[in-house]
Amino acid sequence: MRHIISVLLENESGALARLVGLFAQRGYNIDSLNVAPTDDATLSRLTLVTHGNDQVIEQISKQLHKLIEVVKVSDISEAAHIERELMLVKVKASGNQREEVKRCADIFRGQIIDVTPTTYTIQLVGTSDKLDAFLQALGTTPIMEVVRSGASGIARGEKTLAL
Amino acid sequence: MTSQTKSADLARTTEMLSGAAMVIRALADEGVEYLYGYPGGAVLHIYDALFQQNKVKHVLVRHEQAATHMADAYARASGKAGVVLVTSGPGATNAVTGIATAYMDSIPMVVLTGQVMSHLIGGDAFQETDMLGISRPICKHNMSVRRPEDIPLLIKKAFHIAQSGRPGPVVLDIPKDMTMPDQKFPYHYPSDVSLRSYQPKQQGHAGQIKKAVTALLAAKKPVLYAGGGAILGKASAELTELAQLLNLPVTNTLMGLGAYPADDKQFIGMLGMHGSYEANQTMHHADLILAVGARFDDRVTNNTKKFCPDATIIHIDIDPASISKTVNAHIPIVGLVQPVLADMLALLKQKKKKLDAAALTQWWQQIEHWRNVHGGRYDTETPLLKPQYVIEQVSKITKGEAYVCSDVGQHQMFAAQYYKFNQPNRWINSGGLGTMGFGLPAAMGVKLNYPDADVVCVTGEGSIQMNIQELSTCKQYGLGVKIINLNNGYLGMVKQWQDMNYESRYASSYMDSLPDFVKLAEAYGHVGIRVTKPEELQPALERAFALKDQLVFLDIHIDPKEHVYPMQVPGGAMNDMFLSKTERT
Ligand SMILES: Cc1ncc(C[n+]2csc(CCOP(=O)(O)OP(=O)(O)O)c2C)c(N)n1
Ligand SMILES: [Mg+2]
Repeated sequence: MRHIISVLLENESGALARLVGLFAQRGYNIDSLNVAPTDDATLSRLTLVTHGNDQVIEQISKQLHKLIEVVKVSDISEAAHIERELMLVKVKASGNQREEVKRCADIFRGQIIDVTPTTYTIQLVGTSDKLDAFLQALGTTPIMEVVRSGASGIARGEKTLAL
Repeated sequence: MTSQTKSADLARTTEMLSGAAMVIRALADEGVEYLYGYPGGAVLHIYDALFQQNKVKHVLVRHEQAATHMADAYARASGKAGVVLVTSGPGATNAVTGIATAYMDSIPMVVLTGQVMSHLIGGDAFQETDMLGISRPICKHNMSVRRPEDIPLLIKKAFHIAQSGRPGPVVLDIPKDMTMPDQKFPYHYPSDVSLRSYQPKQQGHAGQIKKAVTALLAAKKPVLYAGGGAILGKASAELTELAQLLNLPVTNTLMGLGAYPADDKQFIGMLGMHGSYEANQTMHHADLILAVGARFDDRVTNNTKKFCPDATIIHIDIDPASISKTVNAHIPIVGLVQPVLADMLALLKQKKKKLDAAALTQWWQQIEHWRNVHGGRYDTETPLLKPQYVIEQVSKITKGEAYVCSDVGQHQMFAAQYYKFNQPNRWINSGGLGTMGFGLPAAMGVKLNYPDADVVCVTGEGSIQMNIQELSTCKQYGLGVKIINLNNGYLGMVKQWQDMNYESRYASSYMDSLPDFVKLAEAYGHVGIRVTKPEELQPALERAFALKDQLVFLDIHIDPKEHVYPMQVPGGAMNDMFLSKTERT
């Protein structure tokens, strides 16, 4: 099962390496990972997408908790939540293909953020599934480059992961 | 520093110290008596500060690995963190095995590693290694000094983290420029430190404790399974009281030996791979397991799929990650084992209930039957000295009161099986990592701190050679350790596996050209005694233990063919065991 785990981490050097190292040492999967400071400069917020059975996910969350710099851990996919990922895609776009790509981007509510006579760069935000679907939908359009941020997530409603 | 640190009433102190002096002063203020280490370029300022005071004493080992094991063993015997000081690069990498050894057994230790100057870090400078990177997976936490004025707080934090919660080693990396003698800063050692991201639990959940007591009282075939956590958590007294109140059979893990007195009739021996027949049978057939500070390690459970099929499991541990990691716990209790057991005891006394007496009697009859079938017997028909017999005699002559520090191999298992540990903190061995070379430095660490106690190093001719150089340190500091070298001429444990699984093809498990250990001991200024016949053993032991302050190296030639039994059958249940070379359950 896919899980989205959010972590509040002391914004200290070495903390991120320790966290990533934990996944490597214990053989846990990381499908995506993103991290940045929060409104509180002393804290980083990290969103990690992983998969595994219930026992593995429970261990991941316990092992994360054990790290000295980890302040809070929450498996946000356990309850109602919102997930977003940012993707930038550069494609070859010339001739008829230009119209085709533009239409496709519109359908997915993507924006074309850079244009040359032969290329488009499209920005798309959504769930990871939606981004996958867009890449599929591009069909025969030659993809030159894909950059994805990895998912970020937040719980719905009043629930928060904060100090 | 982002962690909230509330130093209790920050007394304004104007004392100005260099970073190097702060390191030593902070250790003194922490109550550290001995520092185990080895000097080198990156820590010379610290060594100079050490030289200029006399509160903290330094022990100069012959190899940094030994410094870590000495500190580790002191921690195992005393419950307080041991402290190590090594230089950068090779000094730090030599300490790695010792840090990993302590980590695997949850031993509190503070390791100070020198580092090259801050501005040189990352540039492949002379004797630079990324010690934070290297030690990250083998320590509880590591940190580096970025400003000299942070040193007291970082040292306080290191001790706090090492000694609280589930203990473990903490590494503090100190770049040389943080210790410059001519740069001084105000010194203040915090009396307390609190980290917002690290608040280990203390008490267990009252509801869970109630549930556990109810389940325990309903059991018909209970067993108490106690591990190293019972010793680290200083819960031996409560554990013993609870077991005796309810008349529970008690088994200890390799790490838990001494948590419950071996001489007591309720003690059924060690469990696991080389556990006693009765302990493994009792576990397998139990309907309730009360696990205290144990972690259901693979050397205990054998095949987890076949593990104790009928048992309800109550698991008390300070580390939530140890609970339901390999075996599912029905009633988990996270907390320090000592207060949790105290709470359980209080509840039991208040309830005034006992277990079903008839069922318990029947259960004990069954256990006694198992005990009689194969209670620690071994072949006594040969003219050769048996290692089991040697350990029994050592146990007798020391009245079960010695600190027994072991190396790793067959001799370790014989010591665990045949020495009668009646007190906690007396059995000192590398259980989790299984580090050959641990025994002698460990015995040194204990002897230094408990000079009046009998301290025994049980070892083999393979293991002892991994840190044999420390015989020189023993001479320098007058450490009268008794070395029991169970010399079988083989890497016996490897040979046993080769006998059992590789048709006795002894690939590199035989050591030719062993030194004359008696002469070797004498060369280092100690006493050496060789024992080759059973009748020589008693007088040799008597002589060795009579030489109070001297190191005596007993080179005891034992039956080279002996195997350790029982031995669990790989892939089987707890109670699938080989009982001798020809018998199997
Ligand atoms: C540092 C290290 N290297 C290798 C091993 C693997 N190993 C475990 S027991 C053993 C043999 C130990 O031989 P010895 O010290 O003579 O003890 P014996 O088994 O003969 O009693 C070996 C090689 C280990 N545990 N530690
Ligand atoms: Mg041997």
